[in-house]
Amino acid sequence: MNVLREIRLPGVQLSGTATVAMLVAAVVVNSALQPNFWSAYALTSNFATFVPLVAIAVGQTIVVLSGGIDLSLGAQVTLSAVAAVQLLDGRLDRLPLAVAAALGVGLACGALNGLVVALLRLQPIVATFATSFVFSGLALVVLPTPGGSVPIEVTTVYRDAVLGVPVALLAILGLALLWWVLRRHRVLRHVYAVGGDPEAAYASLVPVARTRVLAYVLGGLFAALAALAVLANTGSGDPFVGNELTLASVAAVVLGGTALAGGRGGAGGSILGAIVLALVTNIVFFADVPTTYRQLVNGAVIILALALAGIPALQKRRPAA
Amino acid sequence: MSAPTVEAPRRVLSWRPGPVALAGAIAVALVIAGELVSPGFAGYGQLVNLMRVAAFLGVIAIGQTIVIIAGGGGVDLSVGKVATFAAIIGSRVMAGDDGDLVPAVALALAVAAAIGLVNGLGVTLLRIPPFVMTLGMIGVVQGLILAYTGGQASGRAAPALTSLVNGRLIFDLPGLLFLWAALGLLAVWLLRRTTFGWNLFAVGANRTAAELSGVRADRTLIVAYVLSATFAGLGGILLLGYTESVFLDLADQYMLPSVAAVVIGGTMLAGGIGGYAGTAVGAIVLTVLQGLLTTLDIGGAGRTVVNGVVLLVLLSLYGRQRRLRS
Repeated sequence: MNVLREIRLPGVQLSGTATVAMLVAAVVVNSALQPNFWSAYALTSNFATFVPLVAIAVGQTIVVLSGGIDLSLGAQVTLSAVAAVQLLDGRLDRLPLAVAAALGVGLACGALNGLVVALLRLQPIVATFATSFVFSGLALVVLPTPGGSVPIEVTTVYRDAVLGVPVALLAILGLALLWWVLRRHRVLRHVYAVGGDPEAAYASLVPVARTRVLAYVLGGLFAALAALAVLANTGSGDPFVGNELTLASVAAVVLGGTALAGGRGGAGGSILGAIVLALVTNIVFFADVPTTYRQLVNGAVIILALALAGIPALQKRRPAA
Repeated sequence: MSAPTVEAPRRVLSWRPGPVALAGAIAVALVIAGELVSPGFAGYGQLVNLMRVAAFLGVIAIGQTIVIIAGGGGVDLSVGKVATFAAIIGSRVMAGDDGDLVPAVALALAVAAAIGLVNGLGVTLLRIPPFVMTLGMIGVVQGLILAYTGGQASGRAAPALTSLVNGRLIFDLPGLLFLWAALGLLAVWLLRRTTFGWNLFAVGANRTAAELSGVRADRTLIVAYVLSATFAGLGGILLLGYTESVFLDLADQYMLPSVAAVVIGGTMLAGGIGGYAGTAVGAIVLTVLQGLLTTLDIGGAGRTVVNGVVLLVLLSLYGRQRRLRS
């Protein structure tokens, strides 16, 4: 699997091991608790719910690697999704148009973020917080209340399997492949350089501002892909759908061993981190935790996982403040 | 009447005059714009009302200022949830009875402080990045809220708390504004006149240098997170006094505005530079902006968009980072 090969990149190895260990633990616990975990139906529906978070986690990884953070990714997912679902209007022949619209919206949102962060030089955490207002407000303009419909063919194919492999799993592998290709492109090398040390990158003639813009544009691209997955999974539009994805994407990135400081890590870990996060929710559900305690257990497990993900860093030199 | 602007000690102003004065000018400009668009916007009663709304954000942002000054990527994303939780605990324990007001507030603040302690320990001992630690804490506190309430908030604000927050004192100003002014002064004193404050700025500016100079950086950071959660809890209690009854997401929406208020107030997200006076003005700016957008009556969706755009414009006025070339 591409995912596994990816995390053996130099410098990511330690955290990669921790992430894989967490994933294995989550899968073991989950399969023990969920009686039909390995059945085709459960696997398919599990993977179907993973894809949006996986996609947005890859996008967040690229932005974080460049030394930024994008708190508007969830709002971008929402805006792309409602734009696409409005154009779709339940008609299969409009699918290419809707996909193009979603991608266009994602790229445009990413470009706006990139311009704001790289050219206006605003601090990413507050700047993307501000743009998230713009995006979620526009989403409400496009689709004021949950609605719209996706052709039944799309949702059926999304939950289908090809030669026994769920389509959703193929989508995750596709995202991993896309990352793998990007990773080998000059743009991503520049992203690593800029995130690691902007001054050194600038001195080495790396186009710092352009690289930062491109990182946010790529983030927007993956947000659009997440939006398409959301639509295929839920079958309808919702102007609030992306709200919870933003912070989960950051958690997935950290669980995957990418340093929030930028320059170190990779999306392979984030993909696994996203799956771990989704599995934890599953586990808490199937562990018969009383409803009112579910979220507490979920939150506590995630904090523990975040602490574990940080342990390899502990063994190294403590980070300079 | 804008007590927090006046209270800024000279040292803060002379040391970093730009952001605070600029934010103040923006607040005044927004009020004038509001008056032009909708006569009566700058009326006394209306301004007092805006200040009252700003006070909750202002109190919650005290802790945010402290944590951000501490540097090392310091930020407390859990302030909104902690404020909500404190209000829920307070409401349930006091249950509309003045006699239980003090224990209720004490318990709510103790729980908030404990959450802050966990944040601080996670950030210092486990070296989890603050952004991630406090982000994870949102989930935990949300879980605590659900477990504590069973999904339904109960209780009521004690009449004494309500009259303390809403009751009119001098010049027809609600008690809340005097409380905010007092807490603001406390914050400025804490940052500028205490050993903790000096240590905080030292750690934020250069942690290694601070440690080599004998500052116990970890302890300072832990105290910063405890204070952040405690002030957030206090903000939640005040909000409870204002709304009288609670709901499960009472103060959640204060999370990112508290960060924005700090940034607009001129405190550097990198740490080591800033102060509370700016944050207080930042909270006023954000609230006046909200009020202006509500007055313009452009509908919920359009308001959200304009809010974002204006926030970007505000930030680009001085929230900018230095050029690489310089």
